[in-house]
Amino acid sequence: MTALLEIDEITKRFTGEDSPVEVLRGLSLTLESGQSLALTGESGSGKSTLMHLAAGLDTPDGGHVRIAGQDIGTLDDSARAKVRRDRIGLVFQQFNLIPSLTVTQNIAFQARLAGRHDVDHAADLTRRLGLWDLRHRYPETLSGGQQQRVAIARALAGRPDLILADEPTGNLDEATGDAVLDLLLDLVGDTGAALMMVTHSSRLAARLDRRLHLSRGLLAAPPGTG
Amino acid sequence: MLWLALSTLLSYWRRHPGQLLTLLAGLALATALWSGVQAINAEARASYDRAAATLGQDQLSRLERPDGRPVPMADYIALRRAGYMVSPVISGELRRDGARLRLLGIDVLTAPPQAETPAIAGGDLDLVEFFTAPGLLLMSAQTANGPLPGDLPPIRLSEDVPPAAAITDISTAARLLGQTDVSYLLVATEQPAGLPPLANATDLALTVPQNAGDVSRLTDSFHLNLTAFGLLAFAVGLFIVHAAIGLAFEQRRATVRTLRALGLPLRTVLAAFSLEIAGLALISGLMGLVLGYAIAAALMPGVAGTLRGLYGAELTGSLRFDPLWAAFGLAMTLAGAALASVQAMMRMARLPMLAPANPRAWAQASARAMRTQAVAALALFGAAVLFATLGSSLLTGFATLAALLLGAALALPAVLGVILRLASRHANSAFGEWLFADTRQQLPGLSLALMALLLALATNIGVSTMVGSFRATFIGFLDQRLASELYVTTQSTDEAGRLIAFLADRADATLPIVSIDTPLAGAPAEVFGMADHATYRDHWPLLQALPDAWDRVHSGQSVLINEQLARREALALGAPLTVTPGLTLPVAGIYSDYGNPSGQAIIGIDLFQRTFPDVPVTRFALRVTPDDAAALASALRDDFGLPADRVLNQTQIKRFSLDIFEQTFRITGALNILTLGVAGFALLTSLLTLAAMRLPQLAPVWAIGLTRARLARVELWRSLILAALTFLLALPVGLMLAWVLLAIVNVEAFGWRLPMQIFPGDWLTLLALALIAGTLAAALPALRLARTPPAILLKVFAHER
Repeated sequence: MTALLEIDEITKRFTGEDSPVEVLRGLSLTLESGQSLALTGESGSGKSTLMHLAAGLDTPDGGHVRIAGQDIGTLDDSARAKVRRDRIGLVFQQFNLIPSLTVTQNIAFQARLAGRHDVDHAADLTRRLGLWDLRHRYPETLSGGQQQRVAIARALAGRPDLILADEPTGNLDEATGDAVLDLLLDLVGDTGAALMMVTHSSRLAARLDRRLHLSRGLLAAPPGTG
Repeated sequence: MLWLALSTLLSYWRRHPGQLLTLLAGLALATALWSGVQAINAEARASYDRAAATLGQDQLSRLERPDGRPVPMADYIALRRAGYMVSPVISGELRRDGARLRLLGIDVLTAPPQAETPAIAGGDLDLVEFFTAPGLLLMSAQTANGPLPGDLPPIRLSEDVPPAAAITDISTAARLLGQTDVSYLLVATEQPAGLPPLANATDLALTVPQNAGDVSRLTDSFHLNLTAFGLLAFAVGLFIVHAAIGLAFEQRRATVRTLRALGLPLRTVLAAFSLEIAGLALISGLMGLVLGYAIAAALMPGVAGTLRGLYGAELTGSLRFDPLWAAFGLAMTLAGAALASVQAMMRMARLPMLAPANPRAWAQASARAMRTQAVAALALFGAAVLFATLGSSLLTGFATLAALLLGAALALPAVLGVILRLASRHANSAFGEWLFADTRQQLPGLSLALMALLLALATNIGVSTMVGSFRATFIGFLDQRLASELYVTTQSTDEAGRLIAFLADRADATLPIVSIDTPLAGAPAEVFGMADHATYRDHWPLLQALPDAWDRVHSGQSVLINEQLARREALALGAPLTVTPGLTLPVAGIYSDYGNPSGQAIIGIDLFQRTFPDVPVTRFALRVTPDDAAALASALRDDFGLPADRVLNQTQIKRFSLDIFEQTFRITGALNILTLGVAGFALLTSLLTLAAMRLPQLAPVWAIGLTRARLARVELWRSLILAALTFLLALPVGLMLAWVLLAIVNVEAFGWRLPMQIFPGDWLTLLALALIAGTLAAALPALRLARTPPAILLKVFAHER
């Protein structure tokens, strides 16, 4: 069976002040549909870079990123954009909502782009995430937790195959963070999507199916696992 | 997908209506000023073309006497008998009751088809009424409604007749003008076969048709001035648009990243952005056209008055809608919007999807960019010097102006940066240091608005210096030129003879004024005969003269010429000038003759009367003790019986001349104020938009212990100081601008050079206006800051990560 996400020996370098900094050094991993994977690691270990490469927001210097068998490194900008809008749901640490659109419009946005907007599904997500009463409001009037729930609803509204969440609870207090993760896992379970989530919290990471730890651009054993 | 992207971009404006208004207003104002000026120019040109086409002047040759006098009827009859197809025209100006009307009398039976107006050719005219006394006058409704001389024959309206003119039968014109000989003969394009060439059959001079009327060439410089002003206003407007589009892009930078991260291809984003700009440009372009039409309609009577006063060109004073003008105006708006958004589009195309969102990037142009601008400014200053020293045409004059203004605008941010850096060394408190550092940080964000303000201020200083110099020189010139106390016109030489006898013991001197229109050096000009009197020797405004110039002129050995003729024909003192075919005299002096576009020459009155014996002496300048002038004027009217309008005292003439002058520059003044208003608006726009982005910079200072009210006052002071500094830098630029206008553009356009004078009082007024503009622009953002709830300021810290 083909893995939904296949990352094969990828490398990524950035220009440093004196010399290039190698952020990812031949990293490989796979993720099957329905699986959830937590990525942990200290700051600068390459977690966010890995997420960006997996989403096709950036291209690796070496190696391959395949989604449903398709090497997205070989695609042009438009084709990569199509993969993102059709197959991937993104949840950003800083929410990245569109400030000029209402909650409802934000939630529907990516699904409409992909041509898969389902009004009932969007309304169901809005209710389940506790956003129904806020649906006509603009993002700037919402709290951080509320904005993050809108971002999660947007990522799920188009029924993507793969959800990539970069520290979705990083800006939330513990209780709100737990509640948001509960919802995310429930919804992923319902849609059968795969989830890859970056987090600093070992406690939250432990709740996902698999846990991988990044250290200096390579996979390592998670701290405390000996 | 494109529609979704477009609607998402457009949703931004729903949340920022003020910014949308700024963008629309900026483009609309730019379009309005540009298209308004174009509408005026197009209307004026259409009027010239109509005038040039009257009686087929643009297609038909003419036969005229070389000395400009009327063609004897016998010459006309001889040519007709020989078989030539020529047709007589009597042309002249009817002046009565303070009104004037140009009469063109034609002979419908012999006139070539090109000479007939459609009203005559169309057959809906009663020819019997046209031919028989009292005759018919064909004129436009505009002319018919204006002041007309009294006792005119019945009027029939015809819109093909140019303004301030009437076409009538030749016999009617002869009767009304008191002239029996014809002014010139129209020559049909097709002549009977077998006849010798017309040039060999007569002594009359054959003039070929003129495609562009003289008046059109004369007024070109005036229209070029208007066009330059329109372009300047358009450029200032584009500064606003550039700032508004740049800001809209920067504020949506994060949104654009999100759109692309969610799967929208870059080309779709760019296409949506282009459509958005095009749509906004179309809306504001239409608004601008409406506004431009209104501006043009408001300025048109003034422009018509100016052109009539300065050049004798007749305009209708009203405006017609021309679809081509509207299309061109819209095209300019679209092109301007495209130009203003190029930078933003390029930045969007290069925008990396993963760079952190930084809404203040717009206000943080690098020091390198400022250095590049400064280098470009130096290059432009160099180009301005080259244009000024090497060029010798109107075009290089305007190129000098453009290079100077653009260079000054580009140099402004760097110069302000240096001034602020130097000033910050003297700051002796933490607050002062922060203030200077913060102001320097604001400079890139404000630089476009300040550049617009600099352009408006420099133009204002330049143009007002030119107008002021012009005015002061002109008043002095009038005092010299109109030295006599009274000017009198008689109706006939008989009346003139009686007048001289009447004045014998009443006036100190009675000086005849005689002149004739005759070509000089191949161009239309006027020759005057001047009496030998101290009035002229003491007052006449000679710019250059041989030591015994007056003696030479009055003995008939030399000629005086005006500055225009001297410059145009490069005639220095001593150079020969052919006055008539048999009379060539050396130039003994050159005099200033402001306001007159044509060449002029003065010879002694005895020589004049020998050369032009048919010119009647009916006008006189009277010298009398100034206190007695009013009494003599009354005596001339009451005792001698001259009509009131034939006795003018110099005060009246000066007032009339000054009125014409003031009207000439009223349009310039209006455009000046409009441009300054647009620049003030640009400053307001920038300050308002910067204010929203400045909270993260101000919140920490507030948290440390400065009140919101004090921060607001600081914002106000900062705006005032920047406006004042911009004014100080605009001052030398404006004076250089004035010099270029007076020493280069004016000489090329009008043929005379004016001494430059400075008016520090006007500068103070302008400084006050600049400070008011700065205060008004900063007031709203400062008020908003003073009223910003602490919760909003605290959000800055809440959003910090």
